[in-house]
Amino acid sequence: MSISYALSDTAVMTGRVLKQVLRSLDTIITVLLMPVAMLLAMNYVLGGAMDLGGMGTADYMLPGVLIICVLSGVAYTAYRLYVDVQKGIFERFHSMPIAKSSILGGHVLTSILTNAVSIVATTAVGLLVGFRPQAGVGGWLLAALLILLFIAAMTWISVFFGLITKSVETVSVFSYLLMGLTFTSSAFAPVESMPAALAAFARYQPMTPIADSLRLLLLGEPAGTSLSIALAWCIAITATFWLLSITAYGKRQR
Amino acid sequence: MVPAIEVSELRKRFKAARGASVEVLQGVSLTVEVGEIFALLGSNGAGKTTMIRILTTLLKADAGTTRICGFDVAGQGQQVRESISLTGQFAAVDDILTGRENLMLIARLRHLADPQAEATRLLDQFGLTDAADKPLATYSGGMRRRLDLAMSMIGDPRVIFLDEPTTGLDPQARLAVWNTVRQMSESGVTVFLTTQYLEEADGLADRIAILHHGVIAAQGTAAQLKRLAPPPKLALTFAEQSDLASASALFSAYPTTTEALTLTIQTDGSVRQTTSILQELEAAGIAATFAQQPPTLEEAYLTIVGEEAS
Repeated sequence: MSISYALSDTAVMTGRVLKQVLRSLDTIITVLLMPVAMLLAMNYVLGGAMDLGGMGTADYMLPGVLIICVLSGVAYTAYRLYVDVQKGIFERFHSMPIAKSSILGGHVLTSILTNAVSIVATTAVGLLVGFRPQAGVGGWLLAALLILLFIAAMTWISVFFGLITKSVETVSVFSYLLMGLTFTSSAFAPVESMPAALAAFARYQPMTPIADSLRLLLLGEPAGTSLSIALAWCIAITATFWLLSITAYGKRQR
Repeated sequence: MVPAIEVSELRKRFKAARGASVEVLQGVSLTVEVGEIFALLGSNGAGKTTMIRILTTLLKADAGTTRICGFDVAGQGQQVRESISLTGQFAAVDDILTGRENLMLIARLRHLADPQAEATRLLDQFGLTDAADKPLATYSGGMRRRLDLAMSMIGDPRVIFLDEPTTGLDPQARLAVWNTVRQMSESGVTVFLTTQYLEEADGLADRIAILHHGVIAAQGTAAQLKRLAPPPKLALTFAEQSDLASASALFSAYPTTTEALTLTIQTDGSVRQTTSILQELEAAGIAATFAQQPPTLEEAYLTIVGEEAS
């Protein structure tokens, strides 16, 4: 199996999954409009009622909205994989002389591409409603790197659940749980404003350093240890769920 | 010539609940020659799909050897996959794509030089040209199955595996699939199919193997298997209920069944016994018409697997 075949197979698979995304109005509405609606709600409905230490509401909320944006996007990644597994499309691909890596690869690449697009779109709307980034080139690049790693981490979680889930009702439960994690982090409210027990939880879960460092990077401030912790979480989650996914995937052949 | 499929002493055990395990395949052996249509017949849960999954490299066997076109499924998976194509139990087609796009997807993955031309050719061959550019959501069950089969023909596979190709199809669509399978076979492809329908195995397959309790309980042509069934029966039909009662008493020594005004007697198939039955009837002065019932594949099947399977 030559590398050029592997690349061509992956391109064909990615093209297929991308077509699925572009033809699903439901997916497009959820991953493009929902984050925007949420941004508007956070900004205009909740924003006025919150004390963010003088920081602009959009400036504070945008990282959290981007996180939710990715989480709602990867719910569809898991669903598409689930459908492929259940309908026997994976079996058909597996019985063909194609590069095995292209089968999951098509889903992973599509997930990263579509999430990147919705991140850019949401950030653009953020600029319209008062998000005022102060980041230099380095800050933007680091923020982009962090969000890409975050998308990769969440994508591999979704791949795992797409592979192991047995019913369509539960295939995106993981995404709601992760959204719950986001709402109990510093993404939408400062940790200091939370009750002590919740604040302790918020401080040590991954969404807090991810939201904090994205916010600091975009506002042109040094993100320091928060960024290192955020990157470490993303890499650890990616590695763990990549391994779990590959194992779950291989199990289908034993 | 190297057989298309050679299976020897194949074993596969699955974990069941509470630490127990079930050996679904307990030493299956069979050979399929090039160009044959071979049917693996068995009830639900007999292990037919497990067989197909092992033969198509999707599942590893615990023991035994399997060769497809001379290639070992365990050690030469890639060569096996280059020689075969699989149509699973449920039409594995992408609902969001059109028929043409589904075909082109497979053609691209098989690295054909002109996927567009191949798609057009197959759409025509499988009678799907009119629906080519419609999304699959508008396809009937039969059309989806035809597309599924068309996708399996891409890349000129030498052996095609069909797992229950007509399950869930209406009679008309079933006939269309049978015709398609015959066409495939005429082009020189070897077809290995599983089915739970006796008439499908009987009408379609050159040879049949019956998978029962993890082993091949019998294999051969439909005619050979029918010889395993009980000999022909003699059906006597009477005009009056009283005649039926008298005849039943007269032939109480034979195994018989009664339905409406017909008494069916299991004979040993000999001329002598049949003649003697008819003479006895005539001597007793009972008027009747008679018909001889040749054995069916269903009877052969029930003889082989035992009545429990019915």
